[in-house]
Amino acid sequence: MRSGVRRGLAAIALPTALVAGWEGYRALALALDNTWPGTDVALPVAVRGTGNAQQFPHTWDVIMAFGRPYRGAGETLGAYLLGQVGFTLREVGVGFALGGLLGFALGTLFAHSRLAERSLLPYVVASQTVPFIAFAPIVVLAVNSVDWLPRWWGVAVLSTYLVFFPMTVNTLRGLRSASPQAEELLRSYRTSAWTRLWRLRVPAAVPYLFVGAKVGATAAVVGAIVGELSAPSSQGIGAALFAFGRVSNQSVQLFATVLVAAALGIVSYLAVSAAERAVAWRFTGRRGAS
Amino acid sequence: MLATRGATTPASGAGIVSLRGVSKTFGATVALQDVSLEVVEGGFVSLLGPSGCGKSTLLRAVADLVTPSTGSVEVAGKTASRARDNRDYGMVFQAATLFDWRTIRRNVELPLEIMGWPKARRRERAEQMLALVGLTEFADHRPPQLSGGMQQRVAIARALAFEPRLLLMDEPFGALDEITRERLNDELLAVWRRTQTTVLFVTHSIPEAVFLSSSVAVMSARPGRVIAEIAVDLPYPRTVETRESPRYFALVTEVREALRSAGA
Repeated sequence: MRSGVRRGLAAIALPTALVAGWEGYRALALALDNTWPGTDVALPVAVRGTGNAQQFPHTWDVIMAFGRPYRGAGETLGAYLLGQVGFTLREVGVGFALGGLLGFALGTLFAHSRLAERSLLPYVVASQTVPFIAFAPIVVLAVNSVDWLPRWWGVAVLSTYLVFFPMTVNTLRGLRSASPQAEELLRSYRTSAWTRLWRLRVPAAVPYLFVGAKVGATAAVVGAIVGELSAPSSQGIGAALFAFGRVSNQSVQLFATVLVAAALGIVSYLAVSAAERAVAWRFTGRRGAS
Repeated sequence: MLATRGATTPASGAGIVSLRGVSKTFGATVALQDVSLEVVEGGFVSLLGPSGCGKSTLLRAVADLVTPSTGSVEVAGKTASRARDNRDYGMVFQAATLFDWRTIRRNVELPLEIMGWPKARRRERAEQMLALVGLTEFADHRPPQLSGGMQQRVAIARALAFEPRLLLMDEPFGALDEITRERLNDELLAVWRRTQTTVLFVTHSIPEAVFLSSSVAVMSARPGRVIAEIAVDLPYPRTVETRESPRYFALVTEVREALRSAGA
């Protein structure tokens, strides 16, 4: 019971400190008129503006913004963003699934062929060193030119691109984690490499696959949101960030949208984490592992 | 399969394992040099030698997990490869090598699943095997919940589940403490006597080899050769009294001297 209270306090300590720091700075900057006392040197961030144009809004103004119409009248910001979350989640889901499958397939290939590993893995690594945002518009345009794919698939492909790498690396590590003796045991039964893969290597890899999936889940959200910035569809959380960030009188909405984007990443991570807690112990025989 | 063996030394049947002039080199390393050995059906033969003498390699040659560079390996009158096809042997390693994602019962069922046994029959056999090693009440546990000694008993049950004629054991108790090890020695002998399986047992423990075996093959340091075969004439069943008998100590001394003469 006591430890439950302590854990609860520990969990809210950081958000509380952040809000307190934010509001403290805001109050101080207003009191000092945005300059260091006794000088004309400006504070690093100025607190200016009123209403939706506030550049350093009250935290509660950001929260309240969800309940208010985001453009003069009509739909509330919360309802609007919820719709955009749905749009982005579809891209995230497809990107995560495709990236997961691609990563698993590549990892499996590398685990079974040193030649493939040596000839392809360096390029897989190199693929992640290219600034992703640099070619995002090219990918979106290329996918959009494919008639039979819905337009949002361009963004899903970008998401895939960020997901497949952690999945490849962790699949490879996981498939190699089975002990050589376990491999010999199955060989002593005259099993095929295929049987050994499914009976031994894949189950042994499950804890590693979850590590890859947890990294991949957040990467999928980043990929989708950044991808939407370069997509012409003007839908999704990334597009909303772009729209609110482009104008100076909707900064409160921008902050609110950033919160939603962050929540999307966290929820994706927690979803995989929950699946891991539900499933992974079956593969390790230990509850509460990792 | 659970017929009880006679109270004395096992039958001197036909050779179930027959090695002739077996050598194995890995690159420039000569792991085995011209090894010849006969294991009679129903026997309990230990391969004893210092670390790195190639005894595990020899066991793997019998298991057809390594191919000798020269010489021939016959198991149950067939090539080692055919014997592996026919599942003529079960294998136990130093690590229990249980699959943590399976219950104890399903670990024992693993070879039976691979061999395509129907479910009901698998289940029945797994129960029998767990009873044999005294782990019936742990059937639904997971491997990490069992002690090292219990895990190794599961590995033995798994190796014997499909009634192979030969049990290959690679330092199976090497990672266990002395007390557990002696208890498992007793249990292994009991299982061996009930199942009438021939055992080829790799160890670097002299007392263990003498206590368990009907015959001890002493190997030299690399390159591995069999330098002495010492018949152990202690009567079965062997008990605590066996470990304290003068004849046991005499044999331990004899084996130790054979090892020393090999420069081990």
